[in-house]
Amino acid sequence: MIIDLERFVAEERTHWDRLEKMLDFMERDPERKLPLRDVLAFHELYQRCSADLAKIATFSGEPEMRRYLEGLVASAYSEIHASARQGRKLNLWRWFTQSFPRAFRKRIRAFWLAVALTIAGVAFGAAALKFDPDSKRDIMPFQGLNEDPADRVHHEESVSKDRLAGEKTPFAAMLMTHNTKVTFFTMALGITWGVGTTMVLFYNGVILGAVGFDYIHAGQSPFLFGWLLPHGAVEIPAILVGGQAGLLLASALIGWRSRETRRMRLRGILPDLMTLVFGAAIMLIWAGIIEAFFSQYHAPVIPYSVKIAFGLTEMAALTLFFARAGRNA
Amino acid sequence: MTGSKTGTLALRTPEGIVFSLPLAGPASRFMAVSIDMLCIFGASAVIDRLFGALSFLGAVQALLVIVYFVLSVGYGIVTEWFWRGQTIGKRLLGLRVMDEHALHLEFSQIAVRNLLRFVDALPLFYLVGGVSCFFSRYSQRLGDLAASTIVVRDVKPSQPDLNQLLGARYNSMLEHRHLAARLRQRVPPAASTIALEAMLRRDSFEPRARVELFAELAGYFKSLVEFPPEATEQLSDEQYVRNVAEILFAKRG
Repeated sequence: MIIDLERFVAEERTHWDRLEKMLDFMERDPERKLPLRDVLAFHELYQRCSADLAKIATFSGEPEMRRYLEGLVASAYSEIHASARQGRKLNLWRWFTQSFPRAFRKRIRAFWLAVALTIAGVAFGAAALKFDPDSKRDIMPFQGLNEDPADRVHHEESVSKDRLAGEKTPFAAMLMTHNTKVTFFTMALGITWGVGTTMVLFYNGVILGAVGFDYIHAGQSPFLFGWLLPHGAVEIPAILVGGQAGLLLASALIGWRSRETRRMRLRGILPDLMTLVFGAAIMLIWAGIIEAFFSQYHAPVIPYSVKIAFGLTEMAALTLFFARAGRNA
Repeated sequence: MTGSKTGTLALRTPEGIVFSLPLAGPASRFMAVSIDMLCIFGASAVIDRLFGALSFLGAVQALLVIVYFVLSVGYGIVTEWFWRGQTIGKRLLGLRVMDEHALHLEFSQIAVRNLLRFVDALPLFYLVGGVSCFFSRYSQRLGDLAASTIVVRDVKPSQPDLNQLLGARYNSMLEHRHLAARLRQRVPPAASTIALEAMLRRDSFEPRARVELFAELAGYFKSLVEFPPEATEQLSDEQYVRNVAEILFAKRG
């Protein structure tokens, strides 16, 4: 059976035009709130066009008309079912001080898993250097770490002029961007069911363990902690948070013991995933500044006790931040 | 939500209405991302030209490093957020990112799908993303799978022009109402659709194919109902099919 297409188009065209105009208006100015009268009119037009689409689909095989109506109904459907909490304005301070620590606590299990993987890497790196000292050349990521710790400490402590004069700001920028890329990458690798994220966390741990063992074994613990703690107290947790985000993504993909579909699980974690990874990026801005302007200066310019105390204070503040911030909001 | 590897995604609204979205394929998406990369490269070159002369200053150097980074990571996030799922490349190619269920995109979806480019772009030229797009049911790269998004062809709906079919031309076959009614009864929906489509698209056919197609269609419709010779004499096959389509789609009082 075929409906009277001419009459149908003549009768309905005005409604389609109105809906099209309203959709154009919403597209141009998505922030603007429609008055109640227009919302009701929009809903009515959506229903009318949906009914027209059903008629066309049932009684007439006219594909061009059907495509046109499908386009209208699809656009209107998206507007009608838009999330009420959708907003384009962001309060950055509130997001960082409340949403970020809350998301961290909510997904704490993934964080502890990231810590465990890193610790496993640390143990492996330390063991590798203890039982196979020659592996140092293969493990250390850059040449500077291959020299004897005692020689390096002697060299660093005898430097009389500021090697980073005029270079500190670009160096800080380079550190920030590089570490942020690594963190984003660690999170993104969660899509490999967590295999990539696990490898990155473990490898970071291996380097950390090897460097730590090398310096401690050589009796250079004050230098090691004075060098690493000021920026590492924030940088290492930030990368762990990136790993936490990656493992969270992996857990949603795997869905172990979950009755929800994969899509539902992924939709459920997306806001926290985004919050964690951008929160980690902000932590890395701080870590980059400290590494460039503070960590590279050693005793006697800055006593190790001051640097270690600074690092410990940061750790305490960070722990407090993650444990308490945003609890009462 | 239903769909197969056919280039469309069919969705059913709570009201029971089914509509389909045309999915963008890997090739058009790769072209869009290439345009976007050119835009990022162009913007970086402009910034470099404007401030490069001052790069001996540490602060300017640092600023340039940060600006390049923010541009390369933030470009997709910011443009897709403010242009509702479109970047410059997607706009030019008529593509749009949408939620898998045709709902509004949320910021977290846009952020995550763009951050997953770090993996999709591996090892070169979005090979991982392209392979994923090729094999996934809804042409999704890994970022789309993680963020529950799809990329569709953003065809602006335009009202079909039925004037060429439903114009006020004289239709000699309508003089025989009982035969017209019989024709409506006997023509199956699929055949009526073919007749209408043939009329709407007739100018895009090769001349020879056009003659052959309308001859075949006219022969088919003639076999269903036979109109008296005075109603059909001097009618070409194409005019015959046009008259049939008008009888089927435009009921006259």
